[in-house]
Amino acid sequence: MSSLSAAIQEIFNEPGCAKNANKSDAERKKGCTKQLQPGGTAGGCTFDGAKIALQPFTDVAHLVHGPIACEGNSWDNRGAASSGASIWRTGFTTDLNETDIVFGGEKRLYKAIKEIINKYNPPAIFVYQTCVPAMIGDDINAVCKAASQKFGKPVIPINSPGFVGPKNLGNKLAGEALLEHVIGTQEPDYTTPYDINLIGEYNLSGELWQVKPLLDELGLRILSCISGDGKYRQVASSHRARAAMLVCSKAMINVARKMEERYGIPFFEGSFYGIQDSSDSLREIARLLVERGAPSELIERTQAVIAREEARAWAAIEPYKPRFAGKRALLITGGVKSWSVVAALQEAGLELVGTSVKKSTKQDKERIKKRMGQDAHMIEDMTPREIYKMLKDAKADIMLSGGKSQFVALKAAMPWLDINQERCHAYMGYVGMVKLVEEIDKALFNPIWEQLRRPVPWDEVAKNRQTKAITQMDAQAAEITGDPETTRRAKKVCFCKEADLGTIEDAIRSHGLTSVEAVRQHTNAFGGCCKRRIEDILATIPVSSPPAMQQAAE
Amino acid sequence: MAIVTTPKKACAVNPLKMSQPIGGALAFMGLRGAMPLLHGSQGCTSFGLTLFVRHFKEAVPLQTTAMSEVAIVLGGYENVEQAILNIYNRTKPEIIGICSTGVTETNGDDVDAYIKLIREQHPQLAKFPLVFVSTPDFKDAFQNGWEKTVARIVEVLVEAPALEAERDPARVNVLPGCHLTPGDLDELRTILEDFGLKPSFLPDLAGSLDGHIPDEFTPTTIGGIGVDEVASMGQSSWTIAIGAQMRRAAEAMQAKTGVPFRLFERLCGLIPNDEFIAFLSEISGRPVPAKYRRQRGQLADAMLDAHFHIGGRKLAIGAEPDLLFDLSSMLHELGAQVTAAVTTTQSPVLERIGTKEVLIGDLEDLEELARTRDCDLLITHSHGRQAAARLKIPFYRAGFPMFDRIGAGHQLSVGYRGTRDAIFSIANLVIADRDENHQPTPDSWRASTPLRPGGRSFIDATERSIA
Repeated sequence: MSSLSAAIQEIFNEPGCAKNANKSDAERKKGCTKQLQPGGTAGGCTFDGAKIALQPFTDVAHLVHGPIACEGNSWDNRGAASSGASIWRTGFTTDLNETDIVFGGEKRLYKAIKEIINKYNPPAIFVYQTCVPAMIGDDINAVCKAASQKFGKPVIPINSPGFVGPKNLGNKLAGEALLEHVIGTQEPDYTTPYDINLIGEYNLSGELWQVKPLLDELGLRILSCISGDGKYRQVASSHRARAAMLVCSKAMINVARKMEERYGIPFFEGSFYGIQDSSDSLREIARLLVERGAPSELIERTQAVIAREEARAWAAIEPYKPRFAGKRALLITGGVKSWSVVAALQEAGLELVGTSVKKSTKQDKERIKKRMGQDAHMIEDMTPREIYKMLKDAKADIMLSGGKSQFVALKAAMPWLDINQERCHAYMGYVGMVKLVEEIDKALFNPIWEQLRRPVPWDEVAKNRQTKAITQMDAQAAEITGDPETTRRAKKVCFCKEADLGTIEDAIRSHGLTSVEAVRQHTNAFGGCCKRRIEDILATIPVSSPPAMQQAAE
Repeated sequence: MAIVTTPKKACAVNPLKMSQPIGGALAFMGLRGAMPLLHGSQGCTSFGLTLFVRHFKEAVPLQTTAMSEVAIVLGGYENVEQAILNIYNRTKPEIIGICSTGVTETNGDDVDAYIKLIREQHPQLAKFPLVFVSTPDFKDAFQNGWEKTVARIVEVLVEAPALEAERDPARVNVLPGCHLTPGDLDELRTILEDFGLKPSFLPDLAGSLDGHIPDEFTPTTIGGIGVDEVASMGQSSWTIAIGAQMRRAAEAMQAKTGVPFRLFERLCGLIPNDEFIAFLSEISGRPVPAKYRRQRGQLADAMLDAHFHIGGRKLAIGAEPDLLFDLSSMLHELGAQVTAAVTTTQSPVLERIGTKEVLIGDLEDLEELARTRDCDLLITHSHGRQAAARLKIPFYRAGFPMFDRIGAGHQLSVGYRGTRDAIFSIANLVIADRDENHQPTPDSWRASTPLRPGGRSFIDATERSIA
């Protein structure tokens, strides 16, 4: 365990990290991340991070040493793609039980390694340490060492118990394990001046394969990809690469930097998300390779490919511009993607109303400012409630985010697009950006939104019925509160011609009428169905003394 | 009938089992305004959360006490206290349900004592519903977590009725096992209401994870049974428990309130539903509505139509005990042979499964048994997809998780209608498989050619199962 805390301290001291360089010694010791808040945290643990970083190695058996939760609840849940081997998708765990907790799980771990070798014989086994065996003191380093010697096969301990920190730390601890136990342990069959490493690329949805044809065309060889669609032998011999690209920003910066330090492999940070970024990355790869001795014509060839691909991509995006005019997008994601897709979205004519910068570095933020202008709306931390309100109030037309916040958008009946790891479309490279724009178009103009936002018609019917009932009640209430005489006189006698009691009474009194026929002549009353009622009225008014008549006589 | 065995493997491969704490958390999600809280590292919650979101395709409330290395050394009191206060202040829940994990159980955190202390320290929490369940990851499985949690909710939240209090003859408690979907619960509610009964479901996932769109955003569960309704469950005249796992909660209910219970181990199949409907008619004092006579007829017809396709099929099934018992029995009653059965944890129903052996194991075991015994129908949760692809046999997804198909929350298996739909789905898979992969060729009729794997003959299969 002392080696684990040493490894963590080393990661916190990472000189390649700009954020770190600006910190005081004391601050640095505290580590990179904010203290986790009980009851207010959503995110993976260190073990999760280590597994994410390494599981895309496709021919390795990934054995999780812990109780069932760590592997049973999480296996086969990532969208990385493999061009061949499938053992990486097999879930292996020691499934520790109560007895193991009491007596220690080392023996079970050793036996598990033996079983995997007997049954599946993979080129290597990665053993992941988790919280419970770390607490009870299982020494996985020792077990892995013994097993390696006994079976003549690399068994690599990945010391990453979940309680030491968040996912990001796990990425880095995984990197440390590779540096310590794997990289440089084998030699490649041959080398070329065009060999590169991709570090921190996981080949989600097979998106690396959208970029690979361009690399192939340029004659560049991916000697090793850490770790998307990677093979054990490739990473073990990756120290012979001529240059490296660090793909996922900070996740594995320790690997890139230490490989530069140990093996003299220069690296740069780049991204294949976005058209501009893809071009910059290709240019940078060519530049580094030429610097390390590749023929300089590589740069011209790269420029030609870039020009062709950019023209193609912009041409493909062009038709979307009029459709996207006036549409506003909200981008909730972390790190690289907070700025790298911004350019493509803007080029397609979308207005960005905000981008989250919770997981972004200072450099990321600078880049956002450069792209979106000084007044870029950078969202530090937005609660789901706030996002929901923003969408419900139609401050944005579409949200792009990771899977965890999708329901916030969808439940507000707002278009949403997944741009994180669980997505099923590949957005990398030039074709990927066109794909992203296509998907946004599909999401924005899907006919469901109009239907879902329509108010329910039977709510309307119910409301009308209610209004009617209320008016009636109001009228009755007015009857009760109003002058009793007015109310009495307003009572309808003839419904056909709308003659009320008051009018008829007045007519009878003023003209001294005595028959229904006479009333009919003097008023609107029809005397059909209301004949009986008029007779009743005539009966109640004494003929002898109609006040109106007396008045008239006087 | 069946012998229950445990393999002597050190390494579980392709786990069938999931851990107890998330089974417990799911039970809490059937309460209204609830926030389940796992006492452990943040990963324990994160993995569970991802699993639930992928299964239900819904926002899922689940929090963590975020135990760090230092917190583990010092004990988890402060983390539990902070988590409860943060949740209480920020999300305004009606109840917080706490499940322990492997880390905090290994450490020996006494959460019940913590809660007592927290209530003393923070008077605003003195009466606030806090329910703690001990669910170590290194023991038992998902189903046990659910079982323990529901029993605990009954013990803590249900109020013992006053002696002279009268029971409501129409009110019925329903304690569903974790193998029932929100769709199943809706179906049961309709059936009970058709008999004039007023059911209280505990937990009620149909209220919270059925996919309905709430008017307002809420960070806790958006529906489910309210704490007040749970408290008054003692006024019911009956408790109906579904699945053997719910015996514990039903007994707790009886012990606390005296409400008698009837346990239905299965609700998929003709005979189990006959018993269920007869019981409802009896307790409600009403004749069976014509609707259910028709539905029974439809199920009988479905069985007639499906038995051609399901009869003689060799079934490989991997599921938690109650689901395994329910589905395998239903198919057994349609003439299928339960040829390979794998489950996650012990249960009294296992030995009554219509097969020779039930293995407490993983999906590697199930795949291996299915291969060696020539099974031609696979039933398990979505993690069986790799095995199904390798075995090249029809695959019916059942249980939790089901992350690679949509509508998991509405897959029906209870009642006459639910059984009918399940039978149709399974039979259609078999029919599609025959059309796509087993069209006869001139060679398939040659006596000299041995039966290809996947080729089936009822006699052959029977002989082998006897042998």
